[in-house]
Amino acid sequence: MSISLKVAGHRADRAGGPEPRLIGQSCPHDDAPGHVRGATAFIDDLREPVGTVHVVPGFVEASSGRIQAIDLEAVRRAPDVIAVLTAKDVPAVNDLSLCAGDQPVLARDRILYHGQPVFTVVALSPRAARRAARLARVTLDEEVPVVTLAQAARASSEIAPSLCLHKGGNPDAAMAMAALTLEGSLTIGGPEHLYLETQTALAIPDGDGGLRVHSSTQHASHVGRVIARMLGIPEALVVCECRRAGGAFGGKQTGATQWAALAALAAHVTGRPARCRLERREDMIMSGKGHAAHVGWRVGADRGGRVLAVDVAMDMACGAAVDLSERIAEGALFHVDNAYFYPELRFLLRRLRTDCVPATAWRGTGAPHGMLVAEQLMDAVALALKLDPLDVRKRNLYRVGRDVTPYGLPLSDNIALPLIEELERTADYRARRKAIAQHNYESEILKKGIALTPVKFGAAFTDNAFNRAEVHMAIRGDGSVELKHGGAELGQGLNVKLAQVVADEFGLDLGRVVVRPASSTILPEAGPTASSMTLDLNGMAARRAAETLKKRLIDHAAAATGIDPRLIRFDKGTIVAGDHCLSFAALVDSAARARLPLAAQGSYVLPKVNWDRLRGQGRPFLYFVYGAACSEVTVDTLTGEMRLDRVDILQDCGTSLNPEIDRGQIEGGFIQGLGWLTMEEIVHDESGRILTDALASYKIPLATTVPADFHVQLFTGRPNREITLHGAKAVGEPPLMLALSVFSAVTQAIAALKPGAVPALDVPATPEAVMRAVRRLKPGVGG
Amino acid sequence: MRRAIRFLRGGSVVELADFAPDATLLDHLRHVDRQTGSKDGCGRGECGSCTVALGAFEDGAMAYRPVNACMTLLGSLDGKELVTIEDVSARATRPHPVQAALVGHHASQCGFCTPGMVMALFTLFHSDLTVDRRRAAAWLTGNLCRCTGYRPIIDAAVAACAAPPPRRDAFANAARRAVRQLAAIAADDDIFIGDERRFFAAPASLDSLAALAGRHHDAILLAGGSDLLAKAARDQVTLAKIIHLGRVRELGRVAETAEAMTFGAAATLESMEPAMIAIDPDLGELWRRFGAPQVRAVATLGGNIAGGDPAADLPPVLMALGATIELRQDGRLRRLPIEDFYLGSGRQDRSRGEFITEVTVPKLAGDQLFRCYKIAKRYDNDRAILVGAFRFTLERGLIAASRIAYSGLAGVPKRALVTERSLRGLSLAERGPWGPAIDMLAEDFAPLGDERASAAYRLDTAKALLLKALTEIRGAASTSTRIAQSREIVLEHLA
Repeated sequence: MSISLKVAGHRADRAGGPEPRLIGQSCPHDDAPGHVRGATAFIDDLREPVGTVHVVPGFVEASSGRIQAIDLEAVRRAPDVIAVLTAKDVPAVNDLSLCAGDQPVLARDRILYHGQPVFTVVALSPRAARRAARLARVTLDEEVPVVTLAQAARASSEIAPSLCLHKGGNPDAAMAMAALTLEGSLTIGGPEHLYLETQTALAIPDGDGGLRVHSSTQHASHVGRVIARMLGIPEALVVCECRRAGGAFGGKQTGATQWAALAALAAHVTGRPARCRLERREDMIMSGKGHAAHVGWRVGADRGGRVLAVDVAMDMACGAAVDLSERIAEGALFHVDNAYFYPELRFLLRRLRTDCVPATAWRGTGAPHGMLVAEQLMDAVALALKLDPLDVRKRNLYRVGRDVTPYGLPLSDNIALPLIEELERTADYRARRKAIAQHNYESEILKKGIALTPVKFGAAFTDNAFNRAEVHMAIRGDGSVELKHGGAELGQGLNVKLAQVVADEFGLDLGRVVVRPASSTILPEAGPTASSMTLDLNGMAARRAAETLKKRLIDHAAAATGIDPRLIRFDKGTIVAGDHCLSFAALVDSAARARLPLAAQGSYVLPKVNWDRLRGQGRPFLYFVYGAACSEVTVDTLTGEMRLDRVDILQDCGTSLNPEIDRGQIEGGFIQGLGWLTMEEIVHDESGRILTDALASYKIPLATTVPADFHVQLFTGRPNREITLHGAKAVGEPPLMLALSVFSAVTQAIAALKPGAVPALDVPATPEAVMRAVRRLKPGVGG
Repeated sequence: MRRAIRFLRGGSVVELADFAPDATLLDHLRHVDRQTGSKDGCGRGECGSCTVALGAFEDGAMAYRPVNACMTLLGSLDGKELVTIEDVSARATRPHPVQAALVGHHASQCGFCTPGMVMALFTLFHSDLTVDRRRAAAWLTGNLCRCTGYRPIIDAAVAACAAPPPRRDAFANAARRAVRQLAAIAADDDIFIGDERRFFAAPASLDSLAALAGRHHDAILLAGGSDLLAKAARDQVTLAKIIHLGRVRELGRVAETAEAMTFGAAATLESMEPAMIAIDPDLGELWRRFGAPQVRAVATLGGNIAGGDPAADLPPVLMALGATIELRQDGRLRRLPIEDFYLGSGRQDRSRGEFITEVTVPKLAGDQLFRCYKIAKRYDNDRAILVGAFRFTLERGLIAASRIAYSGLAGVPKRALVTERSLRGLSLAERGPWGPAIDMLAEDFAPLGDERASAAYRLDTAKALLLKALTEIRGAASTSTRIAQSREIVLEHLA
């Protein structure tokens, strides 16, 4: 069953309690009233302290080579320049990486990629710093860079060990026995995150040998650690804080660290506050992207379209550092099945080094790459057998008896089939498919396609150390509640949902709960705000802290009134104990006078998950998130242009904490996925320079990209089977993969040119890519 | 000669006499006024996060246009009313209807794009348009949002603008006073700020412009500036001498005769739109896809012609229609067909100190049919991969003559003369001979590849567009040949 968000879902009644609950209410984003006034501050909006200097990293126009000499005299002499820093100015460890040691803050002796910071200019204004940076003379032993995946594959330049996933006995033997075998390949572009706020940091010396750093980061504790390590000072002397980021999408997980480190270095050397803010062009050149990949696949199936064996070889372009590539690769591995059962699977994933900016996390954490392969296999099998692709998809879904994933985890919460069948009905899939077939028969130039594709997304960090959270909660004297946690507000609505959870615990109005910025001091070991897990983890920790405090207050009230503590409850700003009723603030005041501690830690460790990376064993996910989308497109087979006619989405959020916030994640994720799959393209020249270094050349979706016919619903009535925050499920990343339905629909439309043929379409399906696929099925215009 | 600019803001007249010629409004707001509501998302007029509204008194009412503050020279504010996000927030005690709708529809997530969205929607609120989802989306093509997927923003726009125009808010209520104040600062004197080495000038007449351009051959003639300022920002170049064309009366005019339209070189794309749609509905679609409202409000015809972009949208259209341009140097005028203006990659038939004054575009004759198509990676608000424009003169089912021009296939926009000849006398009924004629495009063009598209795709698609044009003039409905905004819908809409 599902509800339309327009009419329902705003409030749900507490089982057994009469009052409306905040849980399940579509409270507006807490920042929205400030955002619409232009009143909220991003880091570049903060009034900097007097004397703040501006930091601009400098790079050279080359991708690879040994540095012979760096002549910065002209830079130093330029107007308003305070200092010019190189690797020699780094007091201690010149490295940003999590553990690989391969990401210098400033270039050591080699240029590793185009855009790598080699030096940094510190000046009185950003403009002065940028002008000065152009005066640098760097002499290199330039080498021919490895830019493309094909070059990297030829060079076999593996940056880190390959990952392998193997299931069943012998895929080759199964393939040989199959009635149908197909093979194909595709290239997948790595997307630019294109958060609207560019990478920014402000570092302020505290006068006591430490620093306070404002960083637009998904991982404040990592930024703090790197800065302390770089400066050779105790980590406790560095406070890193992120009040909010203007979008991140994985690009500020490790990607924010370098700019914060450069600001900190400048502050350390000059003793002045220092701001580092990348211009858009610098950001597009110097910051990490999502992973580009090349995939070769083989599939064996029976005549009914049931997959028997799958063999996938994927090369991922990691750029010039390992960064988070292991996690991304795991994400691809663990999602190459999507919602489908493969009796036999071999998946080899190589991580290749290129002389390009290190690739990094991107919304979906590798799952988009894996699922894209799965959906391509389904399309190929269906087209080759001339079956309805939806039938092939349904036939291959996990089901009882065919329910163990390639990594050995039995599915216990599979709702893919009922979800798909509901969408199939509400989207009127079968009738539309029939009408489209008729259209395509009659239409020579314009071909239509429709596809309904599922999503099954595993929730948890595969790096188990991050599957934890700690929060600090304090009840202030006036009865307001302060929550400090380790998650970063990136626009996703984390803070309002946490406030809902806490206010609900204490029966308070939302406005009585204040959620503090993510800070490295409060929770030094907080993991990144990533993998869609931040609310799950911090929300549970917040509930635990609230329970601790509530118990103290209840015990206090029970002792004062002699009423059984079990009869005491919090309700609408009061505490109700039998006939007694006391305002929350008065109770807090009374408890404070009784010298009760009114602050508490809450900590939470994700249960059951125990993936062991080294041995490749254990359970990587706590639960799965499901969804499905049905998209219809029209393709111009003369030009390759595409129109998105209609989209229907049904997404599982478990029991939604805030349906409109969740809907925002679903729609935003879908449109971002659509951009990646159909229009966003990073282009390098032969020397490794990014040609698409501006919004004028790198195009993301617009308001007019959104289909007019766009239906989004939550799949309701199915709370999370695992014990999670009020039965909710993760929502940040899974919806991105709903856009695979569009890619699949484009494939179907092209396939209409030649029944039985399987189009070879690359990502992104730009007009040119569509025409490449069209040309393989149909000759060109003219003689 | 005036040595200061004057504009209206927050109910008061602001006078500025001391600023760098290339100072942008965004820098002024963020770093001089220290008002940070307008966000710096790209600095190149591409993301819309710094959108502000410029008000002017036109046709008896206040008209507000969205512009990108990062691509607006401070000097160009003269005579206008400036409205920023801070001004909208300060004016009323309650949130503006647009602000309330954005909050209520959950249309703000990370919030970085939000102030720009508010300002773009503020101008939509004040427009004379009735607002449906399609129009709201089209109005927002200059405002990027990476979080929401836009649907709630479009919903908010429709809700906030539900009342028919004119819609009332604090600004509408104060319009009379604003009009009086604008009238008081209106002037047709020349503006010159700076000295002979470094200045911002905004001449008010063609004669003043000619004199100034004659004296300063090295000055930048700047109209909308959407290309020039973006390039200067990218290359960290200081523009020392700027002659702003926005106040030259004669350059903004739009005039019509029975046979042709004449546009001043500084006519904005926005002001040309109705006249161009009247020539052919395809031009309406091309115009709608040109940049964004923020760009069309300031970008000019002359700028698109003289800007030198090999993939510019308008030159092939003007070539196919047989347009002529007039140039002026000091007191001398000359006129030439637009195709003769482009001499080769990076070269134009224009001497130092010479500038385009006007462009004359013939209307279609009764026996002429026109088509034009733009191909881009993203359908709206993207620089073209290529634009193809076609005018066929028909005689008893045969192509008696044609003018075919493309941009994006060579160093400059160019006519396809060989192909035009090969089409002469071709029958629309017989498709067989079309192929060899279309193939002659390979004689006309040898395109190069770049980050937008390969050489092969460009030539292939150029052929496809000609085939599409022929298919359509032969009688195929554009609903069966195009993915969007078919001619028939536009024609119906116009009727």
